[in-house]
Amino acid sequence: MTEPRRAPESPTMEMTSNKEVLRRIEYTGDMLLNMGPQHPSTHGVINFLVQTDGEVMKRAIPEVGYLHRSIEKIGEKCTYNGFMPYTDRVDYIAAMFANQGWAMAVERLLGVEVPKRAEYCRVIACELNRIASHLISAGTMAMDVGAVTPFPYALREREFINDLLEELCGARLTYNYLRIGGVAFDLPEGYADKVITFVDHFEKILVEFNRLITNNEIFVQRLAGLAAIPREMAIDYCLVGPNLRASGVPFDVRKDLPYSIYPELQFEVPVGRGEMGAVGDAWDRFSVRIAEMKQSCRILRQCIAQIPKGETMAKVPRKIKFTEGLEAYSRIESARGDMQYYVVAGGGENAYRVKVRTGSFTAMGIIDVLSRGLMIADLVALIASLDVVAPEIDR
Amino acid sequence: MTPEEIQACLAAKFGDAVGPLQPANKDPWVEVKPAALPEVCAFLKADERLRFDCLMNLSAVDWPKQNQIHVVYHLFSYARRHGFILKAKLDRAAPTIPTVEPVWKSADWLEREQFDLLGVQFEGHPDLRRIMMPDDWVGNPLRKDYAEQPQYHQISTTRESPLDGFIRLDEMKKRAAAKAAEEAAKAAPAPAPAASSAATATGAEAPAPKKELPQ
Repeated sequence: MTEPRRAPESPTMEMTSNKEVLRRIEYTGDMLLNMGPQHPSTHGVINFLVQTDGEVMKRAIPEVGYLHRSIEKIGEKCTYNGFMPYTDRVDYIAAMFANQGWAMAVERLLGVEVPKRAEYCRVIACELNRIASHLISAGTMAMDVGAVTPFPYALREREFINDLLEELCGARLTYNYLRIGGVAFDLPEGYADKVITFVDHFEKILVEFNRLITNNEIFVQRLAGLAAIPREMAIDYCLVGPNLRASGVPFDVRKDLPYSIYPELQFEVPVGRGEMGAVGDAWDRFSVRIAEMKQSCRILRQCIAQIPKGETMAKVPRKIKFTEGLEAYSRIESARGDMQYYVVAGGGENAYRVKVRTGSFTAMGIIDVLSRGLMIADLVALIASLDVVAPEIDR
Repeated sequence: MTPEEIQACLAAKFGDAVGPLQPANKDPWVEVKPAALPEVCAFLKADERLRFDCLMNLSAVDWPKQNQIHVVYHLFSYARRHGFILKAKLDRAAPTIPTVEPVWKSADWLEREQFDLLGVQFEGHPDLRRIMMPDDWVGNPLRKDYAEQPQYHQISTTRESPLDGFIRLDEMKKRAAAKAAEEAAKAAPAPAPAASSAATATGAEAPAPKKELPQ
């Protein structure tokens, strides 16, 4: 190890006005780069403070909080039903899951049984949303490592899903579809056929997409073995969802802590096997998402076949009130993994404390450790492979 | 293992430092003395029967009425597929608690978040600084008595409501009705001064029949 070179009158020190930030990195003569907050491949407003020696990074420190909208504070200020549209904004790419997490937490407090048909509507909407979210993830990841073509392919398919969800609830991004005790609207007429038509179409596209990018030699070589996260490390840093499964942990909340109607459905939990490089590398994280889309298609087919007739809303009091200090905890499998709501009820119509625990937040915590020794260009692939969404980190 | 068994395990090992199982609506939890927390957590992770390998969630709740801040740890075990909830109650004026970052790495960011938003001091944390709010922000936003500063770097944190001065339509109708009733009440005694004694006697009922006036 060489002695750190001291250079008190360095131009890089003076150029950065933020002393607070510089204080955290011991100045050693390495280059200090700000990647972000405005950068096309940070997937939102995130800043990475990259300490590099040439092309090799010594560290990349994530600086988050640019998109902090105090959603947890807002949750304390509005009624339980009134908070539902805000949960859309927790994760705008997969808003349906944020809705469901909140609805389930309050339903647990209420002790309400959601009607079967409403549960089916929820699962159909969520699985469609999962496909849309994974398409964005896969498309942008390919684009971030230099393959531009798959992105419009993925977005084109996502548009079909957006149309479907728009028909269901009137919105293309922030759905506000779920209600406490059910869903806002029943499936429109002929919706089942449309979903099946889409699934038929999409399963063919998925094969095409795999030919185009997943098994593409250049793409595989770029990602195989990159930033592999061992199983223990993934658990220790609390990675969830596809990131965790890519590291070889076969855990899916839908399977292992079943909620809603998932126990009635047949599907597999894809796990990373290190086919191309090491277990838990960037390619595994990519391919697990592709495999999950296929499973979502399976779930959609079963839901459409099994959906019963009946009510879509349970009997829920108009004013929801609890005694102070009651608390509930809900866990759902979002597109970005285990999403958890911790709700403490207040005396009145508002919650006393809402805590949203999201997959992206903990995924960001691991970047500092993983980035050590990677190339700068690999940082982009690493962020994309973890599928972080900035508003979900900051909330 | 069920929460009861886990609590029994902890009580056998740590005695008084671990409280009884509290049935809080749905999810039972156990209170832990803040000083004993690192040992309890290390035991929870290392013990072969428990194997809590993941800290899922860490939240803090401010209770000004009891003058306390509760720190809530949601644990999960991927190896044994069971969950458990720990709570530590801290003094609101000086909320300090030992960090669990050496036990679970995910505590690093989760603790920073609670430090930022509720001002809980995690002793021994390697990098305890604000994460959501800017470094020079004043106050902890999720405290119940949090008062926002009027300005942040000469940027006002409040603004005038664009709706100031506007009146709701139903409010407007109510006011018009009240005004009409008032005018009618003024006009009514003039043509019939003889009945003034009767009017004062039934003064409370007087505005009631004039409800048909507003269009």
